[in-house]
Amino acid sequence: MFEKALVGSKRYWTWIGILLVVIGVGVVYYLRQFHYGLGLTGMSRDVSWGFYIAQFTFLVGVAASAVMLVIPYYLHHYKTFRRIVILGEFLAIASVIMCILFIFVDLGQPMRVLNVALHPRPNSVMFWDMIVLIGYLTLNVVIGWTTLGAERKEVPPPAWVKPLIILSVPWAVSIHTVTAFLYAGLPGRHLWLSAIMAARFLAGAFAAGPALLILLAFIIRRVSTFDAGREAIQAVAKIVAYAMSVNVFFILLEFFTAFYSGVPAHTASMRYLFFGLDGHYEFVPFMWVLAILAIASLVLLVIPKFRENEAILPVALIAVFISTWIDKGVGLVVGGFIPNPFETITTYSPTLPELLITLGVYGAGALTLTVLYKIAIGVKEEVAT
Amino acid sequence: MSINRRQFIKLAGLSAVLSVGGITAIDKVKANAQELPSGARATASAAGQIFGQSKPPLTAKRWGMVVDLSKFQTPEDYQKCIDACNRIHNIPDFGEKKDEVKWIWTDTFEHTFPDSNPRDRKEVKDGDELGLFIPEELKEKRFLLLCNHCDNPPCTRVCPTKATWKRESDGIVMMDQHRCIGCRFCMAACPFGARSFNWRDPRPFIKEENLNPEYPTRAIGVVEKCIFCVERLEQGLKPACVEKSNGGLVFGDLDDKNSDVRKLLRTHFSIRRKPQLGTQPSVYYLIGGIKNV
Repeated sequence: MFEKALVGSKRYWTWIGILLVVIGVGVVYYLRQFHYGLGLTGMSRDVSWGFYIAQFTFLVGVAASAVMLVIPYYLHHYKTFRRIVILGEFLAIASVIMCILFIFVDLGQPMRVLNVALHPRPNSVMFWDMIVLIGYLTLNVVIGWTTLGAERKEVPPPAWVKPLIILSVPWAVSIHTVTAFLYAGLPGRHLWLSAIMAARFLAGAFAAGPALLILLAFIIRRVSTFDAGREAIQAVAKIVAYAMSVNVFFILLEFFTAFYSGVPAHTASMRYLFFGLDGHYEFVPFMWVLAILAIASLVLLVIPKFRENEAILPVALIAVFISTWIDKGVGLVVGGFIPNPFETITTYSPTLPELLITLGVYGAGALTLTVLYKIAIGVKEEVAT
Repeated sequence: MSINRRQFIKLAGLSAVLSVGGITAIDKVKANAQELPSGARATASAAGQIFGQSKPPLTAKRWGMVVDLSKFQTPEDYQKCIDACNRIHNIPDFGEKKDEVKWIWTDTFEHTFPDSNPRDRKEVKDGDELGLFIPEELKEKRFLLLCNHCDNPPCTRVCPTKATWKRESDGIVMMDQHRCIGCRFCMAACPFGARSFNWRDPRPFIKEENLNPEYPTRAIGVVEKCIFCVERLEQGLKPACVEKSNGGLVFGDLDDKNSDVRKLLRTHFSIRRKPQLGTQPSVYYLIGGIKNV
């Protein structure tokens, strides 16, 4: 099937070319970072994880969100999702690849990465994160490729793939739960030390991932003859509406516990992020954009008149995506380090090389996604004719 | 006490030359230094002073430290300890905060024990800065900070490669800089800010006159921290900071009720950093020092 990715319009190859340039720039800057060290980034002794780990965290969620299509289609036989479930699985593949790359570019000694397998410590959540991510990647590659192959031959998928599909459902939940556990089990990082962290991660993920999926479906409709279908898109939009409501609810729960109890350690990071602390306001604008977009997206998604309007729906979905991205990809990881263990503030902002490396990883993800979607759409177009 | 072949030959040669007490060179080397007769021990000690091999290693069930701040009066009192550590362990000096590597350093009471002074305190009317109602002396006081060598360390729990671990024999939280992949999970897990990362190649930033050829320098991209001078304990020496502290840092076995540290803790009020987190730090602070208690 791969040959379908090798033939395409001029527009397709231009897009591939742009992505290769973006990746190339990222690679060049990564080599600089490899040589100079992670000091090339904005990270420091106090803020020891930054933009890379934040993107990793966000994208684990996007990857997990494929389950929002898998459950209705495979477990509830909701046939409307038949045409788009592969888009969710392939989005998961591209997302996990980006996750792995973000971890890799964040390592101080990347050449030693196999030590995680050679000297594993089962107590470490990071060890389990590696296992679940690689497992999830494998599951989606096998499931996606097999079901698409069957679709091409217009035969039902082989029976052995069904147990894997069922396994992929709890597995998707596990990747984001384990990722939340990276944070939620650390003493002294009060923003993260919250029992609701994994649930909040999942809620945000199930909003962000399907929102991105619909936006991708809109793009696909413009660049190919494949149409996901209005009914499918509206069904996914309802999923986004529910998930975003739960996500916002969970964030408000965090606010209640922190500010009603008034325990200083619990409020400090949130005050820094949302209101500014000790004269530092670096993240305040971002967090208010998050809040405004979250509320705006809820208004647009919950009211059927807006959600069903295909001119308004993309706006709502972009709002969901940016809002959840700021939540995990900007505020959460860095906010956990501010204030530092001495209750003083060391700020953080990514450097230009750091941003270009980040962009390079996103480019690699976009390239993976483009190629996979090209194949999937090619097959669907072939079957349709 | 292990000796390598080269040291063996040197020691054997020296012993043969001195030939004290009628003991053959071979016997002397074979025997444990503690079991030797006094004459032979003097010889071994003389050889040891030359080759740094004489004293038996210091051992404990759980090493701990008591910081007696009354013994630290001038900035030099602190600096001597810090400099000794920096020199012995080849700590680089980047000259800026972002890339900073440090094993032992000082900070204020407020920053060392932030939970004793919640940040939410209001400004008070009489102009007392930040409403910090503590003795003036304590406001000015600097505290020495280092790895707490917690009995229940969160940093070792999270390490995916066992590059950091608590040594079962004596409770020291160890660090293998050759195993570390530089994921910095331990830095996120440590509630005491005790760990440093080599954001850049540290080697060009070690002052040449300070370079200690006996201790390894670190590669780029690995985490490091205080290891209670395990390399000195093996040679029968107390940690470098303790040695330079003029009695202000007391080092001993927390599991031995007759140790110096336990005697101090039995007779003086002490506090630890963030005890509520349950990590069980092994570093205790005598606030106001012995005279105030």
